[in-house]
Amino acid sequence: MNFKLRVWRQPSEGNEGGFEAHEVSGVDPEASFLEMLDILNEKIVADGGDPIAYDRDCMEGVCGSCSLLIDGIPHGPRQVTSCQTFMRDFPDGAEISVEPFRNSAFPVIRDLVVDRSPLDRIIEAGGYISVTSGPQPEPNTNPVRPEDQEHAMDAAICIGCGACVAACPNGSAMLFTGAKVAHLNSLPQGDPERFDRAHGMVAQHDEEGFGGCTNFGECQAVCPQEISIKVIGELYHDYRQAMLHRLRARRGAVKPQ
Amino acid sequence: MSSEAPSLAGAEGSAQQPRLRWLREVWDSSLGKKIFVATTGVILAAYVILHALGNLKALQGPNSGGEASIDEYAHFLRTVGGPAIPEEGVLWIIRLILIAALAIHVVGVMQLVKRNRAARPSKRPPVIERSLASRTMALSGVLLLAFIVFHILQFTTLTIHPTPLAEGEIYANVYGAFQEWWIVAIYLIAVAFLFLHLRHALWSLLQTLGWDKPNRNPTFRRGATATAALVCIAFASVPILCFSGVLPEPDDGPTAAQVATTGAAP
Repeated sequence: MNFKLRVWRQPSEGNEGGFEAHEVSGVDPEASFLEMLDILNEKIVADGGDPIAYDRDCMEGVCGSCSLLIDGIPHGPRQVTSCQTFMRDFPDGAEISVEPFRNSAFPVIRDLVVDRSPLDRIIEAGGYISVTSGPQPEPNTNPVRPEDQEHAMDAAICIGCGACVAACPNGSAMLFTGAKVAHLNSLPQGDPERFDRAHGMVAQHDEEGFGGCTNFGECQAVCPQEISIKVIGELYHDYRQAMLHRLRARRGAVKPQ
Repeated sequence: MSSEAPSLAGAEGSAQQPRLRWLREVWDSSLGKKIFVATTGVILAAYVILHALGNLKALQGPNSGGEASIDEYAHFLRTVGGPAIPEEGVLWIIRLILIAALAIHVVGVMQLVKRNRAARPSKRPPVIERSLASRTMALSGVLLLAFIVFHILQFTTLTIHPTPLAEGEIYANVYGAFQEWWIVAIYLIAVAFLFLHLRHALWSLLQTLGWDKPNRNPTFRRGATATAALVCIAFASVPILCFSGVLPEPDDGPTAAQVATTGAAP
């Protein structure tokens, strides 16, 4: 298969970027989008050029490294990661534009690579449970309802790729934050810190300059893990409870978490 | 996660009430501000629904001999609670609540929009799933605000009177106004935007207030659309039925002779 590509090239964060036209031919229909970029890079290197920089790691759709807008859509047309997007998904001879995510919160490092550390800092603000290391308890001492387990897993499958942010007209990371909060807040291990988690992660989300949710629903339409915006509804619920708890704590009625 | 360090609370402005500081914190959070917007939205939506139900009184037409039932209803609204509450007392309480709710709603939304614009990707993401209603919330909001001003100036204060208006003669005023095609058009366009605004808002606020339950979401969405549709059908019925002549003419509507008097009225 043959393709005409318009690829974003940018030497570094501060520098101006722009599209560069490339043609790639003889691509196997079973090649993934990232493999196609490799084929193109080999050609660019053979011609003495600089290869296109892009993020990749697992190549099996679970790492969330890739940060491509393919024809403007995060990860491409099929609601899977770029490595699971195959060239057979495009018509032969198609013209495809490839850009990095376009959010001010995610500055471009080089070409198609963006800095997604704001998402890491949201995790640092509460996306964990505080447990001591040392001898581990017997797992069955802490039973979890299967429904809660499934619910937590549905949220925990978030790979933190940031497609939700890239698809959102408000540049909001609420789907990410909601998934991380829902994952831990629906399990007994996460329960003791549930209020602080909701409050801390929402505060960090705002701090990083992400926009707010207006229920467009674009995030769930591109999420490669098919996480539903129901987790945002749950985040609102937990946040509301957290703020009421904080008010009571300030008045000395309850212990702060 | 040992939050709420007491030093943090004590360091700055211990003079400030904890409750006020807490309120400030909620308002400053993008999520907290949305709770304010949603709560005031509930108040505004509740009023809109009651207003639509009240309008249905107009469909009973002018009563034979006596007052039109919507005129009686308007009189009731002015005098309800009397003599314990002065005339228009309840009306003014409701008005003040609505003005406060609208102010918080608009200011909150404007601040949220500013924030969202700043965070917007440099290239607008293509439309995949977002609905027309969700995309036009700002536009429908602004147009509704302009319409509300026009509507109050027309039928409440009687300041704008392209057709003759008389105080207390609700049925006759409305009937007369809706003989003009362009007034009917303004009202129907406003109702159409109200439908769009309500459709997205009614579902969204369930999500924002955290009442949404995952498996109830589709039901909530349909419920919001149905409620918005019913409210807007109720609102649209009056201008349409007046203009098309299905509703009877008022018994003693403002005639040409009265134009002069209303023209001089405040």
